[in-house]
Amino acid sequence: MSSEERASPEEGPEAGLVTIERTLPSRLDSYHDLIQEVLDGLTALGWSSELFGIHMALEESISNGIRHGNKESDYKVVRVECRLSAETFWVRIRDEGEGYDPDEVPDCKAAENLDAPGGRGLELIRSYMDAVSLSESGTCMTMEKRRNPVAGDSDDDD
Amino acid sequence: MGSDSRLSVSESAEISVVRFNDQKIIDPAAIEELGLELFALIEKDGRKKIVLNFQNVEFLSSAALGKLITFEKKGKKEGSAIILSNIAPEIFQVFSITNLDKLFKIKDTEADALAVL
Repeated sequence: MSSEERASPEEGPEAGLVTIERTLPSRLDSYHDLIQEVLDGLTALGWSSELFGIHMALEESISNGIRHGNKESDYKVVRVECRLSAETFWVRIRDEGEGYDPDEVPDCKAAENLDAPGGRGLELIRSYMDAVSLSESGTCMTMEKRRNPVAGDSDDDD
Repeated sequence: MGSDSRLSVSESAEISVVRFNDQKIIDPAAIEELGLELFALIEKDGRKKIVLNFQNVEFLSSAALGKLITFEKKGKKEGSAIILSNIAPEIFQVFSITNLDKLFKIKDTEADALAVL
């Protein structure tokens, strides 16, 4: 089992950029602390209404890598790399599985698939993120979310 | 059911009202237990009218949705009516993104659900 950690605010090209990197064992209980750290980091940077969707996208993408990619193997890891700023959330998730073709994932919204117990993670990820891409190998997913403009976030001083 | 169960079940008339004990339904072991407890309501206890009250639920993963779908299918098979209620807007969005608002019967409040069962 390997675990590495790096949280370094004020590093990189963008001021206030926070980088969080983890190498996770392929266990479905291994990543909830990481997600909480990301959500806390975004909250500190002023994010709010987007946190639910980011939580969902991280939950589904990391669990996909562990469950479907690495098949929960003790000998494989999932690498997660996040970059947080006040405007943008970016994450890359790499597993060590055989990859998959997203075009071959059945459409969970189709009437004939509505009562299938699985297959909703990808749809949720795409819906909540602004940009999602999968590497040609099908083992590396990159996602990005831009912070919504905050209504009423202007100077109201009388 | 033990004190560490995933559900709280109460009876009013012939109807079972089920509440979730976890605010975040994400832990794989908890989701497995949740499924077993839900399925037992139909398959072991023979409950025919069930309201699932989501008041307490702040987050749920697609794995949890999978258990709810299996529960709905078992309900159909055994002739049990299941209605979901009190779903927060963010959670309802998860159902609507995946079209599950078309699979499940959903009412705004527990009272609304009780009224049609």
